[in-house]
Amino acid sequence: MAGYILRRIVATIPVMLIVAVLVFLMLRLTPGDPAAVIAGDNANAEQIAAIRTRLGLDQPIVVQFFIWFGQILHGDFGESFFFKKSVAELIVSRLEPTLALSLSTILIAVLVAVPLGVLAAYKQGTVIDKIVMGFSVLGFSVPVFVIGYSLIYLFAIKLNWLPVQGYQRIADGVGGFLARLILPSLTLSVIYIALIARMTRTSVLDVMGEDYIRTARAKGQVERKVLFNHALRNAAVPIVTIIGFGVALLIGGVVVTESVFTIPGLGRLTVDAVLARDFPTIQAVILLFSFVYVLINLVVDLAYRVFDPRIRY
Amino acid sequence: MRKFAILLAAVAALAASMLGARAETTLRAVMHSDLKIVDPVWTTAYISRNHGYMIYDTLFAMDAQGEIKPQMVDKYEVSADKLLYTFTLRDGLLWHDGTPVTAEDCIASIKRWAARDTLGQKVLSFVEAMTPQGPNSFTIRLKEPTGLLIFALGKPSSNVPFMMPKRVAATDPNTQISDFTGSGPFVFKQDEWKPGDKAVYVKFDKYKPRAEAPSGLAGGKVAKVDRVEWVAMTDQQQIVNALLAGEIDYVEAPSHDLLPLLTEDPDIHLVDYNPLGNQYAFRPNSLQKPFDNPKVRQALFYAFNQKDFLDAVIGNPNYYKVCKAMFVCGTPLASDTGMDGLLESNFTKAKALLKEAGYDGTPIVLLQSTDLQILTNLAPVAKQLMEKAGFNVDMQSMDWQTVVARRVKKDPASAGGWHGMLTSWVSADILNPVMSSFVNASCDKANFGWPCDAEMERLRDAFARAPDLAAQKQVADAVQTREREVVTHIWLGQWYQPIAARKSVTGVLTAPVPVFWNVEKKGS
Amino acid sequence: MSTEPALLTDAAVPAPRPTNLFAGLARDWAVLFGAAVILVMIVIGVGAPFLGTVDPTEINPTFRNRVPGTEQTIRRADGTTATYRHWMGTDSLGRDVYSRVLYGARISLVVGAAAAAISIAIGLVIGLVAGYLRWLDGIVMRFMDGLMAIPAILLALAVVSLFRAGIVSVIIAIVVPEIPRVVRLVRAIVLSVREEPYVEAAIMTGTPTPLLLIRHVLPNTVAPLIVQGTFVCASAILLEAILSFLGVGIPPDTPTWGNIMAEGRGLFRVYPHNIFFPGLCLALTVLAVNMLGDGLRDRLDPKLAKRM
Repeated sequence: MAGYILRRIVATIPVMLIVAVLVFLMLRLTPGDPAAVIAGDNANAEQIAAIRTRLGLDQPIVVQFFIWFGQILHGDFGESFFFKKSVAELIVSRLEPTLALSLSTILIAVLVAVPLGVLAAYKQGTVIDKIVMGFSVLGFSVPVFVIGYSLIYLFAIKLNWLPVQGYQRIADGVGGFLARLILPSLTLSVIYIALIARMTRTSVLDVMGEDYIRTARAKGQVERKVLFNHALRNAAVPIVTIIGFGVALLIGGVVVTESVFTIPGLGRLTVDAVLARDFPTIQAVILLFSFVYVLINLVVDLAYRVFDPRIRY
Repeated sequence: MRKFAILLAAVAALAASMLGARAETTLRAVMHSDLKIVDPVWTTAYISRNHGYMIYDTLFAMDAQGEIKPQMVDKYEVSADKLLYTFTLRDGLLWHDGTPVTAEDCIASIKRWAARDTLGQKVLSFVEAMTPQGPNSFTIRLKEPTGLLIFALGKPSSNVPFMMPKRVAATDPNTQISDFTGSGPFVFKQDEWKPGDKAVYVKFDKYKPRAEAPSGLAGGKVAKVDRVEWVAMTDQQQIVNALLAGEIDYVEAPSHDLLPLLTEDPDIHLVDYNPLGNQYAFRPNSLQKPFDNPKVRQALFYAFNQKDFLDAVIGNPNYYKVCKAMFVCGTPLASDTGMDGLLESNFTKAKALLKEAGYDGTPIVLLQSTDLQILTNLAPVAKQLMEKAGFNVDMQSMDWQTVVARRVKKDPASAGGWHGMLTSWVSADILNPVMSSFVNASCDKANFGWPCDAEMERLRDAFARAPDLAAQKQVADAVQTREREVVTHIWLGQWYQPIAARKSVTGVLTAPVPVFWNVEKKGS
Repeated sequence: MSTEPALLTDAAVPAPRPTNLFAGLARDWAVLFGAAVILVMIVIGVGAPFLGTVDPTEINPTFRNRVPGTEQTIRRADGTTATYRHWMGTDSLGRDVYSRVLYGARISLVVGAAAAAISIAIGLVIGLVAGYLRWLDGIVMRFMDGLMAIPAILLALAVVSLFRAGIVSVIIAIVVPEIPRVVRLVRAIVLSVREEPYVEAAIMTGTPTPLLLIRHVLPNTVAPLIVQGTFVCASAILLEAILSFLGVGIPPDTPTWGNIMAEGRGLFRVYPHNIFFPGLCLALTVLAVNMLGDGLRDRLDPKLAKRM
């Protein structure tokens, strides 16, 4: 068991290394000259050249990579070309909104999607099942920003229940924090609900076909009890797995949602950085998101192996 | 995982530290763009200039009538031969760190500013020496007389000669400053500044305002709110929504198309703070074929008309003015001299000029900025008008930062360079041929676009030496006539940007720059 | 914005080809609906010039932000005048939204189809090779794992910042994150097919590898790849719209649904038509492609279908 965990952890190292190489290469091969951007409106050729030297942009690309990689291992992500601040500092200052948005989205999604999925499985083939699955497909099909604008129009403008935009730090008041978080989280959770509801239905259906469920049913247990005591408990493992996989989806949605709701999180930082060709920031954000993604899937995978009674070594 | 925990702890600590910093009155404003560069001498970006007016003070300042009045300067004397200026600073001027403002600080600041600014460079070429005379007095000795010195020290818009402590002003002009100590009515909260989120200013308690009432950028600068927050928002609709909902108090540049939403709300008022407005301009790159040929540039002058541009961006005629005067309608140098037949979309004439110039259909690389709402629609209009005149146009879309980076490139358009771009000037920046940096035709030393014309440079010199307004006017007319031949740029009309604010916000001053002293917020 | 089925189909096992495929499909209303909508969109895209449209890039500064149904008198080149009704209004440059939406269908469909075809073609080749050449397998799959660890939208954002924005760079940006998913799928199929007795027999009789791949492995990948292709197509159409919406996609004067919405974004409260019409078309098309994909999977991939 311990051996497996160790192997699994070691296996993530090459993945992260490859991510680092990919991220580095992609952005260093861009035609845009970051030195010219930094130098600003009135800079002449010498000033631009000086900046290029200062940033090490004139070194061979392999040298640039090792310098960069060495710094990252020391937790130094460099200085943002655009924001003129250390990238690590930038990321820390943008972390809270993104974390809050992601966690509340997952919470809403799980609370809504799991019961929906169980319901659909339980009523398999009925109208209820079809409606749930229909909404699930629809959830994948509507762009996040269309959902966002629709919700703003309805709840913030027409009904005036919630703020239209913005973010309030939790330390500045929990009420304002929650009020500003509801609409973006709802917006972002739609696609996630679609995903989890679908997976829950599949897992529950799978489990319902297993022998022990049949036995439980044969023993005359109440159907609802069967569903919750046996089916859902065993279906929980694949559901947790899909939440892990879905993190990639969530990260994509965060970028758009933060842009719609003016939330000063990592998603908006990413878009700003891409528009400004701010390499150090883009690299750090992609690395961070990829790291989180790999980490979450590692944890999910380990949990799966540890807790799933059906997998033995 | 541990790293993650550390990050979390850092976030929590950061959040907790902000609890104590609650001020009594906080004005939440959305400016036209996010504050990213905080050195107003290093960049001409208007948002950095606005930042400069928050935290720095100026020696002289332009009042509401367009006259230059002393600001940090208490009194000044000019010798009879107009060569020696003696300035005395007001008593009690302090930097934000509590140390007094000295004459040496001011001289260092003027030097650094003059190294970056077009007008500053011109004026400094007249200066023989700047000498401190005790802690709060200094002299400037000129080589020959110029009417521009006081005007330059009171220059209202980018780059403004802001006064900084000597240790800050000693920074190389081509490097951005990192110490934000000023002597203005507000203090910059560097620890709360998060680019892409917000910038925070608090009232400077020890600021000593002038006794006079505020007028334009001159007079007493009294901070009437404790705290100003500039919140970064980009989505125009969301900005207006937030103002209507009372989540913010003040919007510097609400989209003109959304003004009807604001005027119908009884809690919102619009303030026309800048009566001179702004001017749109098309800048051709005079280095690149075919724009190296003046005839091709002249064809643009015939192909364009101002109304199409203004309609496409501003829309509501109450907020724009078709104006053929290069130095801004409503100012002393405004004139229609030399403009007959131009800017009337005379495509026949434009085509004839192109034919005469032997234009071979080379695609014109036109840069479109897509993220500043006030510029976005200009390039498509230019493209359509140019195509009607027989140009072949390749419009390339990018964000404004990229336009800014790209327009300084002298490479051929096919190798990352450009042919044409559009921008907007605050009228206060282009009131005469010396200030207006697009008129500068000093070839390589000129601004991007690099127009090159000895006669134009001679005229600009003559303007600097002109003794009075009548003489200045004569030279300005000659410059405008010369433009017809040289076409350093094409001016595309004036437009006006009202500020939108909650009714609880009062006291917004009429000035070329949105300033926050004298602004009050009630009921909070 | 890769959709979930991409992940689930990793476990796909090849199935015998159903004989009554089309008969079965035709009875499925979801598939019928999906196919019908896609057909309509193709007709709209191809026939855009003949459906009462005007030049979708023609701007008109004096006729901006008109609500749907507004009429305008236009003067033709020959001097005659005609009345034109803007069924979906005009945008902030006075361009006809109806024409832009119709022409926009072209871009969305082309991006969707091209992204699906290219990512499947590239993924198929890499997957076949990786599945067959053991020594290459490890390297290729680690590389793919790395690529998959980068969230698709971030990878796409990074790719568009590499090139000048245009339809080709947007397609590349969409294709790159999809490739690893296709590779994994194909590889899984190859690995399972290798174990089949008839393939082992073919190996022992000395059939050359390329022939083996083409004759025995390739046919087994067709069904799951068609299913996968529809999901790539759906997410590509969405991703294009998102990139345009964020301002990093296809140049804004090109009529695409994402661009129309990005343009109308700043005025959505006063002129919601700029978001509404393209948003509706986009959602409808993606929904149709997804439904078609679901239906195809049910028919082509019974094992998975049972699970789903």
